[in-house]
Amino acid sequence: MKTSVRLMGKTYQFQSLKEIMAKANEEKSGDQLAGIHAQDTQERIAARHVLSELTLADIRNNPLLPPEEDEVSRVIEEGVNEKIYASIRNWTVAELREYLLSPNVTNNEISHIRRGLTSEMIAAVTKIMTNLDLIQAASKITVETRCNTTIGQKGRLAGRAQPNHPNDSLQGIKAAIFEALSYGVGDAVIGINPVIDTVESVKAILNMTKELMDKWDIPTQNCVLAHVTTQMRAIKQGGTADLLFQSLAGTELGNKAFGISVDLLDEANELILKEGTAAGPNVWYFETGQGSELSADAHHGIDQLTLESRCYGLAKRYNPFMVNTVVGFIGPEYLYNSKQVIRAGLEDHFMGKLHGLPMGVDVCYTNHMKADQNDMENLAVLLAAAGVNFLIGVAMADDCMLNYQSTSFHDIATLREVLSLRPAPEFEKWLEKMGIMEHGKLTSIAGDPTFFL
Amino acid sequence: MSEVDIQRIVEKVLVELRNRMEEKQQLEEQHEREVESENEQLFSYDVMDWVTNVPTPKFPKGIEELRKATPARIGVWRTGTRPLTKTILKLQLDHAAAVDAVSGEVLDSLLKEFNLFTVETCYENKEVYLKRPDKGRILTEEAVKTIKERCIKNPQVQIVVSDGLSASAIEANLRDIYPSLLDSLKVNGLTQGTPFFVKGGRVACMDHIGEILQPEVLVLLIGERPGLVSANSMSAYMCYRPRKGIVESERTVISNIHSGGTSPIEAGAHIGTILRKMIEQKASGVHLEL
Repeated sequence: MKTSVRLMGKTYQFQSLKEIMAKANEEKSGDQLAGIHAQDTQERIAARHVLSELTLADIRNNPLLPPEEDEVSRVIEEGVNEKIYASIRNWTVAELREYLLSPNVTNNEISHIRRGLTSEMIAAVTKIMTNLDLIQAASKITVETRCNTTIGQKGRLAGRAQPNHPNDSLQGIKAAIFEALSYGVGDAVIGINPVIDTVESVKAILNMTKELMDKWDIPTQNCVLAHVTTQMRAIKQGGTADLLFQSLAGTELGNKAFGISVDLLDEANELILKEGTAAGPNVWYFETGQGSELSADAHHGIDQLTLESRCYGLAKRYNPFMVNTVVGFIGPEYLYNSKQVIRAGLEDHFMGKLHGLPMGVDVCYTNHMKADQNDMENLAVLLAAAGVNFLIGVAMADDCMLNYQSTSFHDIATLREVLSLRPAPEFEKWLEKMGIMEHGKLTSIAGDPTFFL
Repeated sequence: MSEVDIQRIVEKVLVELRNRMEEKQQLEEQHEREVESENEQLFSYDVMDWVTNVPTPKFPKGIEELRKATPARIGVWRTGTRPLTKTILKLQLDHAAAVDAVSGEVLDSLLKEFNLFTVETCYENKEVYLKRPDKGRILTEEAVKTIKERCIKNPQVQIVVSDGLSASAIEANLRDIYPSLLDSLKVNGLTQGTPFFVKGGRVACMDHIGEILQPEVLVLLIGERPGLVSANSMSAYMCYRPRKGIVESERTVISNIHSGGTSPIEAGAHIGTILRKMIEQKASGVHLEL
């Protein structure tokens, strides 16, 4: 493995693949916090140069976190198709980039080679891609999944209705669901983050949303984003859940901080397949986000982009219905400003799609970050152009429970109009039946939540 | 007195009167202007408040019912697919307030009211605090010394208050949550050690404090990162035998404590029960059955 390069009369010598991977990243406050970042821009390009000439075999043969030490590494290794890997093992990372961007390579070819790629290889190629590279390559990839309904088709943009309420009031949650539906949002999922992580509360929200879906015959799926163990208890006690939710980390230690393990996820998977209310086969909703491993001191000196990619390697095991990177939620110590958030959003979406995952993005920021709503609108347009499966819909982008700003019902409706995108097909038909949408456009009654009273 | 004199006096009186009238008029006009400007301020405040409406809702009475049910910005209407101007400006105004809340500080007088002395973490300043959360998890050497000198060791319950990301959360909620928390400790038969305030604290400063004082359980009341509806939201983090190496999922939390969310009085009352269960089950976080 070649670990040095001479650029502009200066020799750069790197000690390990871990160091090359970290230093090749675009500037992120999280890598700086971990103390693994490039010291200057030229060192960053030098690392990128070295990385671009490594082979895929170099990356696989020099594990950043050996499978013997970490179960996420084991899950990723077990997922590799050895024949396909053997056919591409001598490609350099640069060749992989150029392959993905070449005009002859379509969704079919990418679906084939992805089975020979590890999460670390996907992270590596991401580091040497520009923002527009990430958009173009991702836009080639289609990942359709089915729970009660199907999302992810080309030319479609779904939205999660996120009707959170600061004390889980069922009436309050319902009011925000009505508003979302009236703007044509809720086709990905009606998903509530609860304040109170108890079985009774989770069950009450699950059952209320399910009743609402039955009453209005809404073709979508419901989910309450409590800890997976709470959801499991709620389901065992008669809670009606279409999707199971869990946040994932890219290391075993990070998942321990979330209170989960591969064994627990396997057990939950068995339960939801047996006792969930959805048709399936895709019955998981996962969330991720750069920086969560470092925030749990579970990063092993690995950069946050690579760890994020490893989350997707783990997610793949469960064939999820939707994966959502909550890109700007974790705070300025991981992504300091809008430039870093925009970059991370495009990276995560691309990496997830290259893994074959149904990627959506929570385009968001907190009030202590150097970003504002305009930045989110920009990123939302970039992602919609890249073919993102779904975005988050919150009333006026302001989540009154989680205390951060995302994208709004208005934003999703606008992106659909500007970029000629439609809601998920079954949901669009329902919107037409309700008189809220006609020929892909909102009608004059759209935006009136009292329609559902 | 000559006629001329009289005329002069009359003229003088008339001038005086005219002047007074004018003065009065000016005063009145000025008053009117002030009232007007007050109205204008009121009016402009109203404009900045949330006044956009669905023009012809299917159930006109239903709009208020729905809005009352949630602080979420619903029923705001649209122009095409975009929000109306006032809705956008209100959002921008609230964002501005939240951004400003991050930089605030808790008043000493409030801390004195509850006999809380202050110690600091290694946060240095607000910018470092934001970029380096690790520094907000460790107390300064001086803080460690002060705590050792002034606090009861091995208490059953240790109460700690910290500004976190919103000093205004402490200002807004401490007077309600603190007395109700003390009551709930009594009701649940629990005793507490010596409470104090941590400036520049992060949630995991509990672990460091746990190492120093070795409490059975610790409750940290800390300002959350401000949102738009609630720049004053507080969280209560609780942990059984906090110490270095505790993972996030081993902490129990009540979040969203503010007048529009979980009421601070209710939250305070709830904490005592949770702490008692922690002691009974010798566990917290995901291992605790509530």
